[in-house]
Amino acid sequence: MKVMAQMSMVMNLDKCIGCHTCSVTCKQAWTNRSGTEYVWFNNVETRPGLGYPRTYQDQERWQGGWVRTKRGRLKPRAGGRLKKLATIFANPKMPSIQDYYEPWTYEYDMLLSSPQSAHTPVARPTSLLTGKPMNIEWSANWDDNLAGSTATMQDDPVLKHMGDHVAEELEQTFMFYLPRICEHCLNPSCVASCPSGAMYKRAEDGIVLVDQDACRGWRMCVTGCPYKKVYFNHKTGKAEKCTLCYPRIEVGLPTVCSETCVGRLRYLGLVLYDADKVGEAAAVEHEHDLLAAQRSVFLDPDDPEVVAAARREGIPEDWIEAAQASPIWKLISDYEVALPLHPEYRTLPMVWYIPPLSPVVDVVASSGNDGEDPRTLFAAISRLRIPLEYLAGLFTAGDTRPVERVLRRLAAMRSYMRDVNLGNTPDEETASAVGMTGPQVEEMYRLLAIAKYQDRYVIPSAHAEQARDLEEIACSLDYEGGPGMGGAGPLGESSGPPVPVAVENFHALSSRQTADSPNGPSTPGRVNLLNWDGNGRPAGLFPPSGNTGSTVARDGDAS
Amino acid sequence: MDVMLWVVLPYVTFAVLVVGSVWRYRYDKFGWTTRSSQLYESRLLRLGSPLFHLGLLVVILGHVAGLAIPETWTAAVGIPEGVYHLVAALAGAAASAVLVLGLLILIYRRRVTSAVFLATTVMDKVMYAMLGLSVLSGAWATATTQLLTAHGYDYRQTISPWFRSLWYLQPQPELMVGVPVAFQVHVVAAFLLFALWPFTRLVHAFSAPVGYLFRPYVVYRSRDDARSGAASGGSGSHRPRPGWEPSTDPRKRS
Repeated sequence: MKVMAQMSMVMNLDKCIGCHTCSVTCKQAWTNRSGTEYVWFNNVETRPGLGYPRTYQDQERWQGGWVRTKRGRLKPRAGGRLKKLATIFANPKMPSIQDYYEPWTYEYDMLLSSPQSAHTPVARPTSLLTGKPMNIEWSANWDDNLAGSTATMQDDPVLKHMGDHVAEELEQTFMFYLPRICEHCLNPSCVASCPSGAMYKRAEDGIVLVDQDACRGWRMCVTGCPYKKVYFNHKTGKAEKCTLCYPRIEVGLPTVCSETCVGRLRYLGLVLYDADKVGEAAAVEHEHDLLAAQRSVFLDPDDPEVVAAARREGIPEDWIEAAQASPIWKLISDYEVALPLHPEYRTLPMVWYIPPLSPVVDVVASSGNDGEDPRTLFAAISRLRIPLEYLAGLFTAGDTRPVERVLRRLAAMRSYMRDVNLGNTPDEETASAVGMTGPQVEEMYRLLAIAKYQDRYVIPSAHAEQARDLEEIACSLDYEGGPGMGGAGPLGESSGPPVPVAVENFHALSSRQTADSPNGPSTPGRVNLLNWDGNGRPAGLFPPSGNTGSTVARDGDAS
Repeated sequence: MDVMLWVVLPYVTFAVLVVGSVWRYRYDKFGWTTRSSQLYESRLLRLGSPLFHLGLLVVILGHVAGLAIPETWTAAVGIPEGVYHLVAALAGAAASAVLVLGLLILIYRRRVTSAVFLATTVMDKVMYAMLGLSVLSGAWATATTQLLTAHGYDYRQTISPWFRSLWYLQPQPELMVGVPVAFQVHVVAAFLLFALWPFTRLVHAFSAPVGYLFRPYVVYRSRDDARSGAASGGSGSHRPRPGWEPSTDPRKRS
């Protein structure tokens, strides 16, 4: 037994309202640079839908993840080492920018500098890749809330897998949101695909990262990741991906997406697992067994043997305690309500989801029935095959039984807690019908519905006994050659020795605040309202009027 | 002039290549990349890039064989000059045709695809010019002196011994004097290209990922791994200052 710790996430999909706050804050924090305009480390997809990049779940086409060979071994679906090297000059399975979307900006300058005319000036969209005017035809969440889904939904790979009977019944439509980040898999196929060995799984907390100094831009990781969560920065020529906000995690703060989640649906915590069993679990023969196999890799943090083994591996005491208090462990193994996204990719993903009960409740309630009566709900869960099969296509490789079990537990909690809240005697049978006890149900309710901050995020801080190593603490800017440098070096974009994240962010933010156009250097006529004291007009706010003799306009002008 | 071209230029180039590459690797690991433009356009790339790179690999093998192996050695194992010439000329012509075709597709793609063109730096353009000059002059030399003449020009009497003499540190520039102009242009262009090499995206050739074949699929690395921030001390912002290194086991100190 080799005990390792994994920082992981669970998302409770019932609570996701699709507001995209996680995506926006993540983008502000990590991918607001040129070269990553199209990159969303966190995105929220409406399901059913095409996803981002479009149809990324179709592994027949994109060849992500692992396959089990006839001899029972695992091999990257896109090919083993020799095939990777043979196709290194042009990756045959890499999505093009069009499969994500072509990033654009608007000619905002037209709104400011346009001369007086009969018509309102228009800011046309221009491509951030070519600088030419373009038509916006797709973006990261173009089919948000099923928009345009009649034209695109039939291409959803999950629906395609479910078979033909779905198409006719889609009028009884349902939808839910699926926020996605990097899965920080236990068996990451992106890491396995990297020819340079630049991608790695951190031994301490399992976060999967790209060493920006070692990446050579061979692009194999983009193909290797079945979730398409490794992106190619087209400016720097390097792969980038969700970092699980490691500078925050290291000091015990939740990730940006979790911290800013309006619905409080994200949970962060440690899971202890047995690294020796990972390969075996990922290679089980039948896809439907993958869920159970992955669960069997996790180790019970309260088991004294596991604790002893963890100590032997040098896992610090407070990490073991954090694993014991982990909401992830509770949701995955105690309540068994969390499921992995696409276990059939055999990467053993570590961002799990509590499937939404809301499509079922909505149908029950809209048909005039009692949406909180256990019998009605249980019957509806078994009857509403399409949502059930769809969820199974996402979370259990098509096996509806585990999904049904989870939904029944959520339904039971709903009924049980209604009785509690109405002051009735809660029916113990409701809980036992789903294999739980009343107190367990109430505990689960506290974790899922009350969801206190300290219950959702149990993050032990990193153990660099050298506290100066930590990004957030050590963010003073007395870094050698620190602020004041930046921009493009002699060898192109961002060349030069490695710059600490904190300093890089400092430069990125200050240059963004002062840049006029996302394409070029900031123009001298930049109007900075941040330090305008309110007196007169800031220089350059209005285009020069033809009438230079006017003194009236300049009366209050301080400059 | 001959000494300038056939002695000074090669040694200066070699020095620039070695020192420049070491400097670039130490100063600019982050810029050490292929800077692939496949994200913008992949249809033409999937045709042109393998043609160019595979053609180039064969051409490099041919150069190693032609420049490094003396004529006496091939004669000693019983390969007559005529046979050698025929094989070398045909293989070389075929490989250079593939190479030139690939290069033309890539240059066309770079110029015509506007996203790719916009992402092309000045250094890229200089590099493309020198690369194009080396490749085309080499192909031209092969075509004019090897294919279109009856017996072909035996560079193994002149260019190859001169090239080897550079490595013995006893350069013999006089060997290069009578060489056909096409070859002379090719050699000079190649040296200029090598001198530019460390400062362009061509450095990616030095990191051909051969190690991939021999490592386990999944890589684990510790947060405190020295590689994760050689210049910045661990994963953090601070370079450890002298005297402030964390206390470690004396046996583990380097």
